[in-house]
Amino acid sequence: MKTMSRLLAATMLVAGLAGAAHAKTFVYCSEGSPEGFDPAPYASGTTFDASSKPVYSRLTEFERGTTNVVPGLAESWDISEDGTVYTFHLRKGVKFHTTEYFTPTRDFDADDVIFSFQRQNDKNDPWYSYAGGTWEYWTGMDMPNLVKSIEKVDDYTIKLTLTAANAPMLANLAMDFASILSKEYADKLAADGKQSDLNQLPVGTGPFQFVAYEKDAVIRYQAFADYWGGKQKIDDLVFAITPDASVRVQKLKAGECQLVPYPNPADVEALQSDDSIQLASQAGLNIGYLAYNVLQKPFDDVRVRKALNMAINKNAIIDAVFQGTGQVAKNPIPPTMWSYNDQVQDDPYDPEAAKKLLAEAGVNDLAMKVWAMPVSRPYNPNARRMAELIQADFANVGVKVEIVSYEWAEYLKRSQDKERDGAVLMGWTGDNGDPDNFLAVLAGCAGVGGSNRANWCNDEFNDLVVKASKVSDVAERTKLYEEAQVVFKREAPWATIAHSTTYVPMSKAVIDFKVDPLGSHRFDGVDLAE
Amino acid sequence: MFGFILRRLGLLIPTFIGVSLVAFFFIRLLPGDPVLLLAGERGISPERYAELMHRFGFDLPLWKQFIYYFGDLMHGDFGTSISTKKPIFTEFFTLFPATLELSICAVIFAVVLGVPAGVIAAVKRNSWFDHTAMATALVGYSMPIFWWALLLIIVFSGTLGWTPVSGRISLMFFFPKVTGFMLIDSLLSGKAGAFQSAASHLILPTIVLGTIPLAVIARQTRSAMLEVLGEDYIRTARAKGLSPFRVVAVHALRNALIPVITTIGLQIGVLMAGAILTETIFSWPGVGKWMVDSIFRRDYPAVQGGLVLIALIVMGVNLVVDMLYGLVNPKIRHQR
Repeated sequence: MKTMSRLLAATMLVAGLAGAAHAKTFVYCSEGSPEGFDPAPYASGTTFDASSKPVYSRLTEFERGTTNVVPGLAESWDISEDGTVYTFHLRKGVKFHTTEYFTPTRDFDADDVIFSFQRQNDKNDPWYSYAGGTWEYWTGMDMPNLVKSIEKVDDYTIKLTLTAANAPMLANLAMDFASILSKEYADKLAADGKQSDLNQLPVGTGPFQFVAYEKDAVIRYQAFADYWGGKQKIDDLVFAITPDASVRVQKLKAGECQLVPYPNPADVEALQSDDSIQLASQAGLNIGYLAYNVLQKPFDDVRVRKALNMAINKNAIIDAVFQGTGQVAKNPIPPTMWSYNDQVQDDPYDPEAAKKLLAEAGVNDLAMKVWAMPVSRPYNPNARRMAELIQADFANVGVKVEIVSYEWAEYLKRSQDKERDGAVLMGWTGDNGDPDNFLAVLAGCAGVGGSNRANWCNDEFNDLVVKASKVSDVAERTKLYEEAQVVFKREAPWATIAHSTTYVPMSKAVIDFKVDPLGSHRFDGVDLAE
Repeated sequence: MFGFILRRLGLLIPTFIGVSLVAFFFIRLLPGDPVLLLAGERGISPERYAELMHRFGFDLPLWKQFIYYFGDLMHGDFGTSISTKKPIFTEFFTLFPATLELSICAVIFAVVLGVPAGVIAAVKRNSWFDHTAMATALVGYSMPIFWWALLLIIVFSGTLGWTPVSGRISLMFFFPKVTGFMLIDSLLSGKAGAFQSAASHLILPTIVLGTIPLAVIARQTRSAMLEVLGEDYIRTARAKGLSPFRVVAVHALRNALIPVITTIGLQIGVLMAGAILTETIFSWPGVGKWMVDSIFRRDYPAVQGGLVLIALIVMGVNLVVDMLYGLVNPKIRHQR
């Protein structure tokens, strides 16, 4: 063993020397492998963290640590009176990355914007099917129906015409799928017959440029010296892919990485008391809920839904399922989101009142199903446990619950069925920080039979939400959304259960990392103490 | 001998067809599909769902899909991953050397410790060594891999700081892949300390992956030795006045090794199963972890292509072993 420890000591010495000679290297122990490096065909945060966040920029950007939309590759924009025409004035002198596989000959301009959007929008575009044609966010955010045309006015002006006014559009354009790629690079790949490299060897205008990816192991980036936002303080950014959450924490403690995502909720307390680690946290932009099927008897009766909501002991759920790393939800949007209505009163936990209300609605010996998701999500780390607690709570008011579950894809499909038998545990993490992305997607009439799993179509609520999406004045939108939340609470299509808290453990040497409310991990603007 | 090889090769054809069938239907028997998983909580409209299913060719009748897939296989095309959009063949062989390197180390570890332990336990039957070794083997065999790996990491990497936590080599080292075997590539890179770093990263995963085979081999060696030691020819050898060492090492062990070698061969399946967990915990970029990810994503082409490739490799290894047996043992060669 002595020889072995000497050998290891020698290794560490060599590694240490190499480190001293090396520039500032930031190691992030990421949780999984990116599917590719072109963000637009994908929908997972893991892929976005490795592609759009370091490598690319967008017309608009989210300010670090907030959901505020700020100028990106577009320096400014004008919106027409009726809210349907957006004119973007592009930033000049923005450079694309010069890498071993591509040397740009021109700066970023309007052609790059047209290329980046058109390939997702136009089925006849030669790039439409290069990656399977799965432009999940472009279709998911309803862009094919929202966008009428994208035109180049001149080299540094873009005109985006919408089919109808849509206030969240600026936030949509800050999302990962709207990343701007180099048309010149794409043309070169097409000429060389190497289209698939667009998804493997990325070229962007972002803070870091891609160096190498060793599949399922390591991704390397280096700071881009000519980044339009200024060169980063760290020189090298390395993703060490580490799928197991406990192992990630061990790696952080051993100094093998400086920052890790998604610790186990059970480990959070120990991390809090660890002196070598700083633990940043922020309320996540998410909601975990139980959606009744309001098309089904007796859940079409608001009294029944209210009664069941009053039967759930949410604080017990926060303790048992989130181990304290969450907060009780009273609205369908999280409290960190603008327009959150704090005046709304939550249904109190009151089993006696619940029993009375059920009797009033003429419901006796109710037997129902509660669906428990088979996967762990930030908004619901353990749906089975949550379902069991709800089962016990409902038993207290005389309602018998049978817990059902399916494999995840099957669960997603069956839970959309309008004929679904039972209430379903589900949740949502915001895409763009806009309330529309919660209220319209999850409870709007257009989502019935799809993402609106309560199948709840209430004209009063829907009118408010649709109206709010068409006006651009934030104060006015806020008022409309606040009203919508009042209607939502009154009609109770869901039991709103919890918002989770995001924890990010990191080394004490990390300076100025901001936890992203949208759940991503960004390293622009981050520094390491010497 | 030529006829023997031909017969063996002939047997591979039905096996290959069988494996392709199983690989194709196995993943489709699981509920759910890749398009639904892609859409997630948002849900997907029926039109868009139909469009994507069509794009991937999953809307065709199963038998048609199978014919296309089998036809492609015959042309050496293993398909393209739905998630990464890359050819399965490339994906697989990028990752396979990592799995192979770890498996070889685990087998060496298990044999080098397991065979001597089994021999000593048999020779010193009912001694304290025998009891301790066999009890340890039982514990090793029953050890949940996940728990065992985390325990080793916490003790040796966390508390003592002797070994790195996970990965294949320190991130300080960055050199091009030549063979895909980190031990060899690190030597080829010519960078000081690279080989030591790669070797130190192998220690814990090797122990974890080798634990169950080690336990099995030790127990198998012991029982095979006990059987052989009771044979007449051993008594004869002893009566001739040979040294006890010679009797055990030459006369007994050689004969006892035959069932042990079979056992070692059978451990390959155990290694593949163990590799899935070991690779996940130690962030080891191998095919085990990749297959599991593909199954979770319902990446049909990746799962079926990966299974067929693994089967082809196992079949190839078995063929070589069979031929070696044939060479060594004429009895097998002449069997009809």
